[in-house]
Amino acid sequence: MLIKPAPGIRSSEITDERLYLRRREFMKAAAVPAVAALAGIVPAPASGQDALPGVRKGVVTLDEALTPWADVTTYNNFYEFGMDKSDPSRNSKAFRAKPWTVKIDGLVNKPGDYLYDDLVAPHALEERVYRLRCVEAWSMVIPWVGFPLRDLLKRVEPRAGATFVEFATLHDPRQMPGQRLDVLDWPYVEGLRLDEAMHPLTILAVGLYGKVLPNQNGAPLRLVVPWKYGFKSIKSIVRIRLTSKQPVSSWQASAPHEYGFYSNVNPDVDHPRWSQARERRIGEFFKRKTLMFNGYADQVAGLYAGMDLKKNY
Amino acid sequence: MRGVSPIKPLVFAAALGPLLYLALGAWQGSLGANPIETITRSTGIWTLRFLLITLAVTPLRWLTGWNAIMRLRRMLGLFAFAYGSLHLMTYVWLDQFFDWAAIAKDVVKRPFITAGVSAFAVLIPLAATSTAGMIRRLGGRNWRRLHRLAYVAAALGVVHYWWLVKLDTRPPRNYAMLLAGLLAVRLVAFFRGHPSERRGLPVRKS
Repeated sequence: MLIKPAPGIRSSEITDERLYLRRREFMKAAAVPAVAALAGIVPAPASGQDALPGVRKGVVTLDEALTPWADVTTYNNFYEFGMDKSDPSRNSKAFRAKPWTVKIDGLVNKPGDYLYDDLVAPHALEERVYRLRCVEAWSMVIPWVGFPLRDLLKRVEPRAGATFVEFATLHDPRQMPGQRLDVLDWPYVEGLRLDEAMHPLTILAVGLYGKVLPNQNGAPLRLVVPWKYGFKSIKSIVRIRLTSKQPVSSWQASAPHEYGFYSNVNPDVDHPRWSQARERRIGEFFKRKTLMFNGYADQVAGLYAGMDLKKNY
Repeated sequence: MRGVSPIKPLVFAAALGPLLYLALGAWQGSLGANPIETITRSTGIWTLRFLLITLAVTPLRWLTGWNAIMRLRRMLGLFAFAYGSLHLMTYVWLDQFFDWAAIAKDVVKRPFITAGVSAFAVLIPLAATSTAGMIRRLGGRNWRRLHRLAYVAAALGVVHYWWLVKLDTRPPRNYAMLLAGLLAVRLVAFFRGHPSERRGLPVRKS
């Protein structure tokens, strides 16, 4: 009987003992992102942005993979800095987000020009992981840092008769080259019904991934309304006005048959030119189904009870 | 007569550039946060560019008297068709992933997709009759008539682009102006009875 010799093991296939002894570290390293996602801990990205101190973690979490920092900060619709999605990160480098003043006026008891620090300092910063669904049918999952808009509104005391909130972005064509083109009627304006603005999910964001908000994402202060299309979440806010009249948003003014005041994420109401039934999550190959109110129906559907959402798009 | 033979392989290689750029980008993962969108846009815009470049060949020949340039025309037109095919494939495969129901709905319901698909449909007979054999079978006159559809395809391409733009219509407007210019040159030539417009058989040798 012929006994074959065992095939030789090449030395290159033998794991170095030092590596072998560290095997548990690799396992741990691989497991960290998965565990972190479940525990609602957001890993800090390597970036030039300063970390925000004292952020309360995991206030709102989501069992979905976060969109990487690199994608969140280089794939932006922020026409003030250019029409292309790669423009904002390139053209906003010199933007001065400080000093910053926000004018709060209209139907409030405490109107005024609020310096950024006076506006933000009284509020505890929270980390909230939200889906962001763009009207162009792509989406992200972003760990914002901010505080509920309602807390600010309560501070400035809305008066009886205030039923809407109107926001405006900075208008400064020297700093914002995109504003030299009249593609939109600058400044960018957005609006919410007061009860939408007072909803606990609605926040003013000052950061993402635990860091100071990058310019291309709307520094220093932006709105985030996770159940509405991304363009409702107005960036670089300089004015908040309480009013009794429904504001006309920039997109409404530009194409009223395509963009309504509400702009709630709704897979059953298509954009006139494209379907809203599905979306491409950045980083994924297959499209996924778009969820009613972007997955926040349990929390916000009540705001629209009895409304025809096809008419009030 | 200045020849075109050394130029043709160069033009061929250059025309492959956008495709190589995309392939390299896909390989290196450098096509941005939304690679499928990047591929869709790039193949689409290059289809339109090659259509317009193809339509510019004849006026260029009138302008420069460089007759041999005509031998590039078929190749350039076929590149338009090739990029158009890639563009359509990107939509069907990468974007919709063969969801035929969704695709059918898109084609019927979305005017910009209707225009795009029509543009491609128009290009098919042009590509199919691009061989010397087909030119012979059709006869120069018929062939020339058929291939005026290139203008229809380009116009549909511009409309397709215009209707899909969310806000900034300046880029499609520029393409529309270029196309209008190319058409105007031809109309002027037609009414003036430009010799090559009357004679104008397709160049057989290529």
